[in-house]
Amino acid sequence: MEHMGIEPDRIHFSWISSAESTKFVEVVKEVTEKVKALGPQQHFHKTDVKVA
Amino acid sequence: MLEYIDEIKKQSEKLLKEGSVEMVIGFRKGSLPMMNEPCFARTPEDVNQFVWDSNCGINLANYLTNRTEKIGIIAKGCDSRNIVTHIIENKISRDQLVIIGVPCQGMIDKHKITAMFTQEIQSVVEDGDKIVVTAGDKETPLDKSDVLQKNCLVCTHRNPVVHDVLVADPVAEPQDVDRYADVREIEAMTSQEKWDYFESLLSACIRCYACKNACPLCYCPTCFVDESKPQWVGKGQDPTDVRTFHFLRAFHCAGRCTDCGACERACPVGINMRVFTKKLEKDSFEQFGWETGLSLDERPPLDSFRPDDSDEFIR
Repeated sequence: MEHMGIEPDRIHFSWISSAESTKFVEVVKEVTEKVKALGPQQHFHKTDVKVA
Repeated sequence: MLEYIDEIKKQSEKLLKEGSVEMVIGFRKGSLPMMNEPCFARTPEDVNQFVWDSNCGINLANYLTNRTEKIGIIAKGCDSRNIVTHIIENKISRDQLVIIGVPCQGMIDKHKITAMFTQEIQSVVEDGDKIVVTAGDKETPLDKSDVLQKNCLVCTHRNPVVHDVLVADPVAEPQDVDRYADVREIEAMTSQEKWDYFESLLSACIRCYACKNACPLCYCPTCFVDESKPQWVGKGQDPTDVRTFHFLRAFHCAGRCTDCGACERACPVGINMRVFTKKLEKDSFEQFGWETGLSLDERPPLDSFRPDDSDEFIR
C-alpha cells in the first residue's frame, strides 16, 4: 500500500491478544494520533458517475 | 536460436509418434509480425506448424491449468519456472508432463519495435543477433540486444529449471544483473509522487484484462473482478477501480510471479504493469530469499512459516 502512494502512517498492523487491553489502548491512541496528523485521506475517492 | 526448431520438431514428433503424450504445446506463426501464437499439436503432422524465434514470449504454462491428459510442452526458462509453480499449486502433476526445454536468449519487445516506426510493420526477420524490420517499403536492421523485452534484459534464469529433454546446450546465465533498478526508483519517491506515477501509468488502461488472461498465475475459475456477489471492485473506468484491479492482481501474484513478462507483452496499450508484480517479487527475494519456481521441493514463502520470518511492519 505504501508502494502505491498511501502515506506510511495511515496503515497500521498489530497483533493484540484479547488479554492485552493496555496494548490495545496504546495502539489505538497511536493510530488515531498519526492518522489525525495526516489529515483526511485524499486518494481513493470515487466521483459519482455522471448521468446524462 | 532459430536452429532450435529442428530439434523441437524432432522431439515433439517423437513424443506424438510413440504416443507418450496426447499433445505438444508449442508456438506457430501468428497472423501478424511479432505475434507468434500457441499451437497445440495433436498429430505428428501438426508439428510442422511449430516455429521458434524471438517472438515466442507468451508463457505456455498458462495452457496447462487443470489439464488431465499427458502433455508435451516447449519451455523457456520462465515457462519452466511457471510449470514448477503450477505443479506446486496442484494445477498439473509432474508425471503428466514431458518438458522440452529450450535455453532462451531473450524475446523481443513488440511494443518497443512498433513505437520505432510510423508505418505499419510488414515483416520482422531475424538473423542471429540482428533483426530486420520492414515497415512501409523500407528495411531497417536492428540489434536484437536493443529491442529485448524489459524482463528479458534482467533475466537470470534463461535455461529451463526442469526439463526432460533439452533442445540445445544451456546458454550462459547473465551475471551481476541489477534486477530491481526500476523498483528502487519508485521506492525512492514520496507518497504523492508514487500516487501520481501510478495514476499516469494506469490512465491508459481499458480494463480489457489481457494481462490477467495471459498470466499463467491467473487461473481462478472466477476472478475477483468478475464476481458480482459480492462485487469487490467496480467494473468501470474509474481510476480507483482500475488501480484496485491492478494492485490486487499483483498481490495475488506475490511470491508466485516469475517476471515472465507475459502481462506486459499482452497489454494492447503498452502499460508496464510489471512494476507492481516486480515490487512484490523484490520483497519476496529480499525478505524471504525466495525466487519463484526454481525447485519442486520448496514451499513458497506465503504458505510456510519460519520463526525467523521478517515482521518489522507489525507491532
